[in-house]
Amino acid sequence: MHSPAPKAASATLARPVDLTTLWIAPPLLVLGGLFFYPLVLILGQSLGSDGSALSLRFYAQVLATPLFQGALLHTIVIAVASSVGCLTLGFVMALVLSFVPFPGARGIARLIDTFIALPTFLVALAFTFIYGSAGLLNMSLMATFHLPLPPIDFLYSPWGVILAEITVYTPFVMRPLLASFSLIEPAQIEVASSLGAGPWRIIRQIILPAAIPALLAGGSLCLLLTVNEFGIVLFIGAKGVITLPLLVYDKAIQEFDYTTACVIAMVNIALSLSLYSLYRLVVARFGGRNAGLV
Amino acid sequence: MLVWSRTGRAGAWGVLALLFGVVYGVPLVMIALASIAGQWNGALPSHLSLGHYAEALDGDSAAQLRVSIVTGAVASAVAMFLGSWAALALRNLRPAPRRLFDMVFFLPSAVPSVSVGLGLLVAFSRQPLLLNGTTLIVIIAHFVLISAFTYGNVSAGLSRLPPEFELVAASLGARPGYRLRRVTLPLLTPYLIAAFSLSFAMSMGEVGATIMVYPPGWVTLPVGIFALTDRGEVFAGAALTMLLAITTLIVLLGLSRIPTKAVTRQG
Repeated sequence: MHSPAPKAASATLARPVDLTTLWIAPPLLVLGGLFFYPLVLILGQSLGSDGSALSLRFYAQVLATPLFQGALLHTIVIAVASSVGCLTLGFVMALVLSFVPFPGARGIARLIDTFIALPTFLVALAFTFIYGSAGLLNMSLMATFHLPLPPIDFLYSPWGVILAEITVYTPFVMRPLLASFSLIEPAQIEVASSLGAGPWRIIRQIILPAAIPALLAGGSLCLLLTVNEFGIVLFIGAKGVITLPLLVYDKAIQEFDYTTACVIAMVNIALSLSLYSLYRLVVARFGGRNAGLV
Repeated sequence: MLVWSRTGRAGAWGVLALLFGVVYGVPLVMIALASIAGQWNGALPSHLSLGHYAEALDGDSAAQLRVSIVTGAVASAVAMFLGSWAALALRNLRPAPRRLFDMVFFLPSAVPSVSVGLGLLVAFSRQPLLLNGTTLIVIIAHFVLISAFTYGNVSAGLSRLPPEFELVAASLGARPGYRLRRVTLPLLTPYLIAAFSLSFAMSMGEVGATIMVYPPGWVTLPVGIFALTDRGEVFAGAALTMLLAITTLIVLLGLSRIPTKAVTRQG
């Protein structure tokens, strides 16, 4: 008995299941258990899954509080201002490093890049020694002008957090910017210059257009990172400056109010995920792998 | 190139020096100075000492530094292993599911660290798995946070590998396991080291998720530093922050010196 029919049937059955694709299962299961499962539980708790019917009542309660609204506003203002600051500072520094080079310019660029490897709260702590009430700036001003009280207290306002975040996240903008500047043909600038274009015109008409993908990618990455930043805000510890991540920490760890913490965390995650989609969109549109981003 | 006049160039460098100095130079100098400040009542410390470092090295802080290094090393090693596994396995998939899973593996980088910590706290304080209060939950938190970055580094490396090596090995009859061990992984080594370095550095500075989940017996150095500065011991905090930064940079420097076959073959 040698009929070809069963063979053909088993072949068609076997074809759709390519066993090599199953290799993806183990890392996916680990990530599922350790990342997605906890996220689902946060969502569940925020909807009141502990013993009662699911509803949005906790959202209605929490979202109406001035504390939450203030934190949301602070988070957005700090993130937008920091990202604009990072883009401006990063653009100016990358511009000089790339187009007005000097011996040691690469060393400076590398030094700024190592800031990526340092803990973010290092800058916050350093700032207290400079701008804090007993820091370098206030003590010098008090000694010089015989003031009884520290005159500068911007560190404990949103501006202190913004300046610290600009310091920490500018390297993330400079990486893609320096990469995109290195792709500009020097001859292009020299020709424009010899035809009489001044530096401002060259920046506006040649450099800036070439830098736009890097600026967009770096800027949206900065927005994401600054919305999620926790260490800087925690270490500066200004009473009036509360952001969403800090509020999640306060509610869960200081007040043991997990349900409120979960509601705020969900809002924070939704905000972060939309910024992340924006970032991926920009990178996909302009080819981020070429702009030096991971 | 851009600016030809002598004064214009001097001006551009002046702006750079000012910006770099105010934003990066002064903070670095000040935290270094604070870490060796004996007494600091005026604008600058009146005398210097290494006392804060000496205290750091024989107190709780030495244990916290060790905790940070162990956590960083273990979390980074696991993340590197699973990240490479994921990146390699994704190559077998069709484009559509590949893009989907690529996004799935990147997703942890988008979620705020505090929320990752909160999730672990909520998930593992109940059945079926009670991990709250263990060392493992801290390592899990670090692994989740860095996993996307290690995956990203390895998959970027894979996409840059010249495909000929693997094709030649396959055509010469090398089995998949042998090909992976003798061709693909050696070529990937520089990217694996870069992935490990980045995730180790991130783990060493991590605060948000750790502060949510750490048990009293497994305090990482950043959490210890926060406890100190919160009590007003800012100089000890500065010394420990310097110690943390220096340790991180030494490890990164050491990792960057590891010779890789891929480099020696090209060069």
